[in-house]
Amino acid sequence: MLGIEPLSAEEIVFLLDQSKPFQEIQRHPLKKLATLRGKTVALAFFEPSTRTRISFSTAASRLGADQMNLQAESSSLKKGESLLDTVRTLDAMKPDCIVIRHSSSGAPEFVTRHLPLPVINAGDGTHEHPTQALLDALTILDRRGTLEGLNVTILGDILHSRVARSNIHLLSKFGCRFTLCGPAMWLPRELECLGPAGTSIRRVTRIAEALRDADVVLTLRVQQERLHEPSLSIDEYVLQYQLTPERLRLAKPGALVLHPGPMIRGLEIDPAVADGPQSCVLEQVTNGLAVRMALLFLMIGAPADAPSEKESSHAAD
Amino acid sequence: MLLISNGRVLNPATGSDAPRDILLDGEFILGIAPPGQLASQAQGAEVFDARNLIVAPGFIDLHCHLREPGGESSETIETGARAAARGGFTAVCPMPNTRPVNDNASLTRSIVERAAVVSPVRVWPIGAASIGSKGEALAEIAAMQKAGIVAVSDDGHPIANAKLLRSVMEYCRELDLPVIDHCEDSSLFAGAVMREGRQSVRLGLRGMPAATESLCVARDVQVGELTHCRLHIAHLSARASLELVRAAKASGLPVTCEVTPHHFTLTDEDVQYDSRYKMNPPLASREDRDALIAGLADGAVDAIATDHAPHEPALKDVEFDRAPFGVTGFETALGLGLELVHAGKLSLMRLVELFTSGPARVLGMQRRIAENEPADLTIFSTEHKWTFRAEESASKSRNSPFDGREFRGAPMATIVAGKIVYRR
Repeated sequence: MLGIEPLSAEEIVFLLDQSKPFQEIQRHPLKKLATLRGKTVALAFFEPSTRTRISFSTAASRLGADQMNLQAESSSLKKGESLLDTVRTLDAMKPDCIVIRHSSSGAPEFVTRHLPLPVINAGDGTHEHPTQALLDALTILDRRGTLEGLNVTILGDILHSRVARSNIHLLSKFGCRFTLCGPAMWLPRELECLGPAGTSIRRVTRIAEALRDADVVLTLRVQQERLHEPSLSIDEYVLQYQLTPERLRLAKPGALVLHPGPMIRGLEIDPAVADGPQSCVLEQVTNGLAVRMALLFLMIGAPADAPSEKESSHAAD
Repeated sequence: MLLISNGRVLNPATGSDAPRDILLDGEFILGIAPPGQLASQAQGAEVFDARNLIVAPGFIDLHCHLREPGGESSETIETGARAAARGGFTAVCPMPNTRPVNDNASLTRSIVERAAVVSPVRVWPIGAASIGSKGEALAEIAAMQKAGIVAVSDDGHPIANAKLLRSVMEYCRELDLPVIDHCEDSSLFAGAVMREGRQSVRLGLRGMPAATESLCVARDVQVGELTHCRLHIAHLSARASLELVRAAKASGLPVTCEVTPHHFTLTDEDVQYDSRYKMNPPLASREDRDALIAGLADGAVDAIATDHAPHEPALKDVEFDRAPFGVTGFETALGLGLELVHAGKLSLMRLVELFTSGPARVLGMQRRIAENEPADLTIFSTEHKWTFRAEESASKSRNSPFDGREFRGAPMATIVAGKIVYRR
């Protein structure tokens, strides 16, 4: 699972369907299964991450899998070891799959070119964050009952957002129309070519125009370090692009508000919106567990007696 | 003596294209004549049968990196020069960005002396324009010229600012040395790893626009106007840059440029997180690539140069954005050029010119097959089918995007100073 882009709509529907039973499990008083008992999931987080790492870790635990943890702060990368040597070392401890978060776009693909181990991309640079898009889709599906033909508005730094890319790749397969909104330097023209041919993607710099008729509003985290790059003041961003209750009223009634987190209240989103009835933020977090459990189950949950499951693992890519 | 018999001899300097025998005596060409006519003179000579082959003046590569001194784990003068010979090159110009930088006569001499011992081909070093290529003080250019440099450049970086460039050009005009510039606006370049466009946005890799190059070309051409020094634009990759070179040429300025085989063959659409496709300048858009091919054909481009830039696997086999820029190029250059000929985009004569008299002119030299000229010849087939295997390369490095590519046409023999230094 390297990205959403190469998947078909059918494959995505299948993944979302498979996630539904795992949504149920999150509501049970006892949440632990034994499905992956004896399996090992390597979590290789080369970039600091809290929520995605905890989500994958919890998903693996609830399936009964053992874990190996590698975190950027303590990693041998700090000592100058190459990515290839680090993942080869992990591989030598015989995990059944490896979950990779990395600040370099394409790093998970680089690993699959060198190792025959199933790889799950937990976010690579500014490329893709496929499990985030799947959990967003599951959240939309829960509330709306369909992914088809929605008007999706994405607010923020689209150019540097892997969440935006994966969401556009996913929802464009279901005929959604996109309005991308943010400061012009974060909205290059080439973004219009992201989806399959014929996808409607327009770029808008005025938030009022962007929110009109929106069914779903995806607010991205504003990376403060980016604000310094083309030098835009935070106050200016808040003034122009913060999602406020007044602005949200321009969208369709009951439009959903999604945020991949971590959320900075008062910057990209007004607290009243974050805590309001249209906000799906906490459902997204819970659905993240379901999606990641489903993915781990599908990738390494093959019957224990299946021969040479490692050899067949590439099919999962 | 060595008799090259029955070859189809292409001589771009005169435009002649005819079957000829060529007799080499020691380091020089003794005679050239229609087949059979040199028989009496050639008695006892070794014979190379060039039937069905093209015989061209020796190929010159204006732009390569041999990594010695300082980068011997990626390449040495010996391994790089052997790869050059296999590519049909009889002379190569290594850039000065070694460790330490070739910015003084003693280092230039050591490169020339080392090459004399280990290199099968001629090695004509390019000296740094500024000390350490740091863009501050002028390097010892006149001393390096006496030691053997044929041009100056701070390659790897542009010459840092217009004022320094002006000084370098004024100084080099008097020495009659060309100034070669790696054109790049560093503020637009900032951290980019490929050309900006659909593909960079799709892959989430930081892109640089074509203007990164052409802005600097515009600066250089205008400083060239101030100084009238010979200016050569290295590895030109963008249509906008080529238009500036065309305009400069039209106004009579001594401006030349080179294009690499990877830039006239591949585009940014070929980039897929594989660092063998990462070089600087990066692979350009399809429109730019097509403009480069048009420039090769119509004369706006003066030379094909490889920018052979070896990097050992430990350096190159990393995340795309962390990998160093550069690809190897000696052994695939002719094959890629012949692809343009086979596709009808370039005449064979023009291709040979781009490898011979074109680069020679940039260096203020001549390159032709005539009596008393140096006995440097490149003999190649336009039809020989072969597959390039990076692991079989004479280079120490493997970083070629053309590994596994099938070619039609190949160097069959490389002759330097009357000796066959490579034979397929």
